[in-house]
Amino acid sequence: MSNKIKAAIIGPGNIGTDLLIKALRSDYIEPVWMVGVIPDSPGLSRAAELGLNTTADGVDGLIPHLKADGVQLCFDATSAAVHPDNSRKVNAEGAVMIDLTPAAIGPFCVPPVNLSDAMAQQAMNVNMVTCGGQATIPLVAAVSRVQKVAYAEIVATVSSKSAGPGTRKNIDEFTRTTALGIEQVGGAGEGKAIIVINPAEPPLIMRDTIHCLTEDTPDESAITESVERMIAEVQEYVPGYTLKNGPVFDGKRVSIYMEVAGLGDFLPAYAGNLDIMTAAGLRTAELYAREILSGRFVPVAA
Amino acid sequence: MNLTGKKITVHDMCLRDGMHPKRHQITVDEMVQIATAMDQAGIPMIEVTHGDGLGGASVNYGFPAASDQEYLTAVCKAVKHTKVSALLLPGIGTVDHLKMAVDCGISTIRVATHCSEADVSEQHIQMAAKYDGLDTVGFLMMAHMISAEELVVQLKLMEGFGANCVYITDSAGYMLPDEVSEKVTLARSELRADTEIGFHGHHNLAMGIANSLAAVEAGANRIDGSLAGLGAGAGNTPLEVFVAVCERMGVHTGVDLFAAMDIAEDLIVPLMDQPVRVDRDALTLGYAGVYSSFLLFAKRSAEKYGLSSRDILVELGNRRTVGGQEDMIEDLALDMARERDSA
Repeated sequence: MSNKIKAAIIGPGNIGTDLLIKALRSDYIEPVWMVGVIPDSPGLSRAAELGLNTTADGVDGLIPHLKADGVQLCFDATSAAVHPDNSRKVNAEGAVMIDLTPAAIGPFCVPPVNLSDAMAQQAMNVNMVTCGGQATIPLVAAVSRVQKVAYAEIVATVSSKSAGPGTRKNIDEFTRTTALGIEQVGGAGEGKAIIVINPAEPPLIMRDTIHCLTEDTPDESAITESVERMIAEVQEYVPGYTLKNGPVFDGKRVSIYMEVAGLGDFLPAYAGNLDIMTAAGLRTAELYAREILSGRFVPVAA
Repeated sequence: MNLTGKKITVHDMCLRDGMHPKRHQITVDEMVQIATAMDQAGIPMIEVTHGDGLGGASVNYGFPAASDQEYLTAVCKAVKHTKVSALLLPGIGTVDHLKMAVDCGISTIRVATHCSEADVSEQHIQMAAKYDGLDTVGFLMMAHMISAEELVVQLKLMEGFGANCVYITDSAGYMLPDEVSEKVTLARSELRADTEIGFHGHHNLAMGIANSLAAVEAGANRIDGSLAGLGAGAGNTPLEVFVAVCERMGVHTGVDLFAAMDIAEDLIVPLMDQPVRVDRDALTLGYAGVYSSFLLFAKRSAEKYGLSSRDILVELGNRRTVGGQEDMIEDLALDMARERDSA
């Protein structure tokens, strides 16, 4: 176990639990703490069964153990509202914060687009945008690396069962942060994000539509090739990332219709929105872990 | 049915729901002209927003002729007695849009979610309720998709967040009067006595008037409609017709009937790009329980890919699509075209 970096997960809800199951399979990360706020919540009980230390006292219950247990990476899967406080406390103990909430206080990271840039900054807080952002920004970038995108808009449709209370209470943070990520990481002049929650039974698989308005007439073959290449890159960590239709070209509009099926680690496969977020967060954490293990990066208290 | 002596508030949708059949192209000048006439006709409330609510300007729903801010500023200035509302769908618009609309001078904000997803409106309704005197309305769309008991749970959530009025919204024009009666009756008995109840109908099965009367009988006191029915699908409850029926039944609306009829005939009908009526596709919406604003999107995709718009709408109903999923329509049309070509 000495070749793994120890990690803590804050937030034992849908995202935190799915992340835990994936992290237990990692070659570089060893999850050792799960942090919640409700004693005996299903998420904390599950983590305890999987052999983790748990606390129901929030981040304050974790802090005294961070250094003692050698935890160098923390994942925040709570909400944008409480994230800044969590991050400050964790960073003060010299652990890196991978932010899975849409708080966006650290630089954005969408692995196939800018993971190496994010790592080069050696930031102590890195933000994973949103599930809808992880599912769509790679394709905005795939179009904008071919030619200028004046405006990009995404529509993420998720099943009701996969949208937890954190997402629901902070739906504005989703649309704002995703739109910002479309601009800053996707490379669009202007970004817009829309989220729709659908309660159909059986639950629908996460759907994502990406509309780009290019400045000049789109180069159809170059864009199609770039999109296919990007999809293959995302499939390396989310195998269920699937092109349903498109790219459709209509004047300067380029539309891409995606479906995102998960691995079914925690929630069933329909909840691709969980997988694309947790898999991206874990991929980012693994790069940090490799940098730490190689000695190229030494996290310091901030 | 005896409704004699009841007092209700009617709310005109031409300048919001009516944006759908106009592909959001009503101009600021047209809005000001119509709103001024409605003010003079004594229509107490009108809604002014992109068809899909604040922030609806998009590839997905259509870019409007002017911004929400431009529409709201101009209309709020133009009216004297009529109160102006704006619609907000969390997931499309945010509290930033809400603040902007309040600054423009709206009196009412209506926060709309799918009928089973009221909890996404918490931050918006809570913020709205904090504005002194802002009429705060929760609006549950596609209300035909869940039972009366389930619906009341969601209405109570919105009431708990701070809404002083909650709406049962028949976005698909699917409901029949008995269902409206059942849902409004249960809501009336379960909600606080000072919480107002509203009903928003669509005329896809020509039930707009009958459903609105059923709602009033069961305890609703706010009724949405639009003059000449300008709205998504076969339109909203035709308001001038509803006002006439109310007069016959002794229900007070405060609206000048002949003035309302004149606006419908002289201003709204000439504005229509195509007749807003129960045509084959609008009827399909009502029959299959599909969100009314999908109508023109299905027609366009059907034309582009050589399909039947009715087939597209029926399949959208089978898939239990909800409001806002306009992006599903071209995606589905592409699937259907591929299936046809491989057959």
